Amino acid sequence: MIELNQFLILSALLFAIGVIGIFLNRKNVIIILMSIEIILLSVNLNLIAFSYFLNDLTGQIFSLFVLTVAAAEAAIGLAILVIYNRNAGSIEIEKINALKG
Amino acid sequence: MTAQLLTFYLFSGVILISSLMVISTKNPVHSVLFLILSFLNAAGLFVILHAEFLAMILIIVYVGAVAVLFLFVVMMLDFKTSINKDNILQYIPIGILIGIVFIAELIIVLINTKFDLSNIQVLPNPLSDFTGKSNTEAIGSVLYTDYILYFQLSGVILLVAMIGSIVLTLREREGVKRQVVSEQLQRQGKIDLVDVKSGKGVDV
Repeated sequence: MIELNQFLILSALLFAIGVIGIFLNRKNVIIILMSIEIILLSVNLNLIAFSYFLNDLTGQIFSLFVLTVAAAEAAIGLAILVIYNRNAGSIEIEKINALKG
Repeated sequence: MTAQLLTFYLFSGVILISSLMVISTKNPVHSVLFLILSFLNAAGLFVILHAEFLAMILIIVYVGAVAVLFLFVVMMLDFKTSINKDNILQYIPIGILIGIVFIAELIIVLINTKFDLSNIQVLPNPLSDFTGKSNTEAIGSVLYTDYILYFQLSGVILLVAMIGSIVLTLREREGVKRQVVSEQLQRQGKIDLVDVKSGKGVDV
């Protein structure tokens, strides 16, 4: 029988992979957006695992909303990426320094 | 080892490997494809957890829409991915450090805790009320009653995202001739209505 902790460890590993992906990647922003998708996937896995082991539907409903927001975020992020590439000619992260941060 | 456990290990192993490939491949197209693979396996895990509706939604929305959107953007923009090696190596220590800290903290917590979920009563509508209903039916009966406000709000979020991304990517091109309907309709005195006899034709 699968225990809750196995799912939690799996989603912790997925979350860590997403965070490492954000930090390691210096080539383009698209990989960072994909890492954010991986992070949101791990959160969804957590919610659904708790929903199953608590016999409670709320986790699944919440996961549905997380999916919605993630889809909206991906659409907006990619649109920003397209116009940034049109204006600046490149989306390499090291060259995105208009704000001098 | 039961079949369920075996399936869990299969799916989770593929998820972990493919998401590692997502962040480590050079080619962005490959990483989108690995992202699709990890989403498909996550859908399998959702099926193990008896969340069939969300598994199908994950496949439809993520694999069918979001990942294809990523693919479109990756293929339409041409990145200059020529970057020198030492630049990448510069960020590996801090990335590994943060990753190790994350994984260590979470796994130490998770291994040492045994969640006792038996006496937790979180919500007034537990899943056991829905015995005999399918997962989709149960979600629908909760989503459209108790969570209707949040449902509508997520629709508004999607609308804002749609309008936002259209407005962001729309651009006026110079020198494009467009049809202006109001100007066309307001042309006075340049149009004659002629009653043409049949078989005669008109002189223009």
